[in-house]
Amino acid sequence: MVNSLEKVDRRDAKLALAYLFVAFTALALGGFAGLLQTLVRSGKFELPAGISYYTILTTHGVLLGLVLTTFFIIGFQFAAVSRTTGALSDGSRRLGWIGFWMMTAGTACTAFFILTGQASVLYTFYAPLQAHAGFYIGLALVVVGSWVSGFGMFAHYARWRKAHRGQASPLLAFMSVTNMVLWLICTLGVAATVVFQLIPWSLGLTDRVNVLLSRTLFWYFGHPLVYFWLLPAYMVWYAVIPKVIGGKMFSDSLARLAFILFLLFSIPVGFHHQLLEPGISPFWKYVQVVLTFMVIIPSLMTAFAMFATFESYGRSQGATGLFGWWRKLPWGDARFFAPFVGMLFFIPAGTGGIINASHQLNQVVHNTIWVTGHFHLTVATTVVLTFFGASYWLIPHLTGRVMTKAMNRLAIIQTIVWAVGMTFMSGSMHFAGLLGAPRRSAFSTYGNSPQALEWIPYQIAQAVGGTILFIGIILILVIVINLAFFAPKGETEFPVAEAAAPQERAALALENWKLWIGLVVALIVIAYTVPLIDIIQNAPPGSKGYKLW
Amino acid sequence: MHIHKYEKIWLTFGIGCLIVFLTVVGVSAFAAGQQPPSCLTTIDPEKVDTTPPFDHPGLVKKGDDEYELNIVVAAFSFTPNAIEIPKGAKVTINVTSKDVIHGFEIPGTNINMMVEPGYVNSLTTTFDKPGEYTILCNEYCGAGHHMMTARIKVVE
Repeated sequence: MVNSLEKVDRRDAKLALAYLFVAFTALALGGFAGLLQTLVRSGKFELPAGISYYTILTTHGVLLGLVLTTFFIIGFQFAAVSRTTGALSDGSRRLGWIGFWMMTAGTACTAFFILTGQASVLYTFYAPLQAHAGFYIGLALVVVGSWVSGFGMFAHYARWRKAHRGQASPLLAFMSVTNMVLWLICTLGVAATVVFQLIPWSLGLTDRVNVLLSRTLFWYFGHPLVYFWLLPAYMVWYAVIPKVIGGKMFSDSLARLAFILFLLFSIPVGFHHQLLEPGISPFWKYVQVVLTFMVIIPSLMTAFAMFATFESYGRSQGATGLFGWWRKLPWGDARFFAPFVGMLFFIPAGTGGIINASHQLNQVVHNTIWVTGHFHLTVATTVVLTFFGASYWLIPHLTGRVMTKAMNRLAIIQTIVWAVGMTFMSGSMHFAGLLGAPRRSAFSTYGNSPQALEWIPYQIAQAVGGTILFIGIILILVIVINLAFFAPKGETEFPVAEAAAPQERAALALENWKLWIGLVVALIVIAYTVPLIDIIQNAPPGSKGYKLW
Repeated sequence: MHIHKYEKIWLTFGIGCLIVFLTVVGVSAFAAGQQPPSCLTTIDPEKVDTTPPFDHPGLVKKGDDEYELNIVVAAFSFTPNAIEIPKGAKVTINVTSKDVIHGFEIPGTNINMMVEPGYVNSLTTTFDKPGEYTILCNEYCGAGHHMMTARIKVVE
């Protein structure tokens, strides 16, 4: 292959590292907030100096759910685009930096209002709880900044395509662009409620807010958000892991097809977060439930592709028998081991997701801590362990260093610590949730209610898990700081896999963006037009703002 | 695009399961009436105290073994907060909020719904086991969220 393509340009590396730096800072602070929450909820510990549980909870959700993920993803994708389609143009890189500073300024602004107790509204900021306007303005800056970065990627991709007419774009670039298209379309919803409803209302320019409309716009964004987190993990699984283990990608075109299916079916599905709400007809809820379940198809494709890659590689190394290939996998390589453990956790995580989105079963678990347990498996284990696994080659690649054997060993330990901690924490959250323990609530026995007393042993187990996970956070920070500043100088590969059948050309129709974006819009229009008109036309009197914390 | 034979089998099986699953969910929703709480009635959230039936919240007998339980939710309380219900009676629970969004959950049962200002939410249930039940708020509503609770006593 062409040599100049194998290394991320130094200037692009600096850009990507800036994003990763903010991401890991958010992990440190948000992770500490998470530790405090599990301790409070055990009932054995109280926050000092009158600090509110809900301030800490808002900090945790915003820093880990929104900041860590978005910054890591954009940094990773800039590196992936630069690695596979060549150094960014000055214009694209400038957009990347403008986006970075807007997002960082927005994060600082939002964090200031959360930490000063003026925005304890959690990361979902449901109206009519009303935070300080600065909280919403900061969030809007984060979102708009991410769009600017996205345009930087789009411009670079368009330039590559113009220069390579008739060719399929490199897989990682295609996937990055798909994920940013998904992000751009879904964030329009949250931007609409923040900019047109919540900012004017919190500034006092409008008195009242349409609560259900605001929630609906939020959840139009809230579910695709989780796919925006997940798809970069899938990029690593599809396009990097096969190379890490020394094998080939199972199929380039099926990987692209899976991404297009995610783009189509992750947006018109927000109602499955609103199944128990008044004001939305059950027919439209069911329509969106059906659309929600369509993402199972690309998920099944991904599971097949992963295990096909692993088995093909094992057999190419002489493995025999049904499961002999299992022993040929590089278990001692953290770049493989961390994402692999993430994949295993996705099996219960995905199953839980199917339960949550089921039209009727949702009523058993809605707003219980089961849901918290669920997304600590999906985003906080599957996605995050994959991001950690990617950091083990991405950071040294970008900083011109190499990961030592000792750090690799520490990374394996980190993965095990994370898996054990999460099994305790998320496992007990699932059980307590089935017994009815609510999510997002400080410790309470609800007046010594016999039901609430049943939850306490699980809450103690959550604190044990949370403490183990915090050790995991310290370990990953040690590794990341080492890779960024102290590891020995050298060359680290940015692994990019080749397809098992390179002669098979990816169908160019998969890059027909007019077609796919048109289809996404059509699905959104079908799923949302009638219920949105209902919500607006039959709206009750709006709500004024409340500060109840 | 080439699709491997095993993958075809895997996807056919998976998509088949998905169709069966969604059919079961759909039939139980539309034929058996197992729909999630989705009441479409609206109300002025600032006039809840003067709007029937919430001007007199509590249990109302509607027929033989049939009751309506109207509950007003506000930060950080349920009104009424101590309720007695006869065992085996069919009870329709109507709730609405005077301020922010709340949740209405009774742990140990499938009673769970969102309570939003401007809307009434509603579900119908039967308590078959006597004893004490706890109502709690499961949607964050402010500093006293976790103190928000009420009791239902199911009596013979």
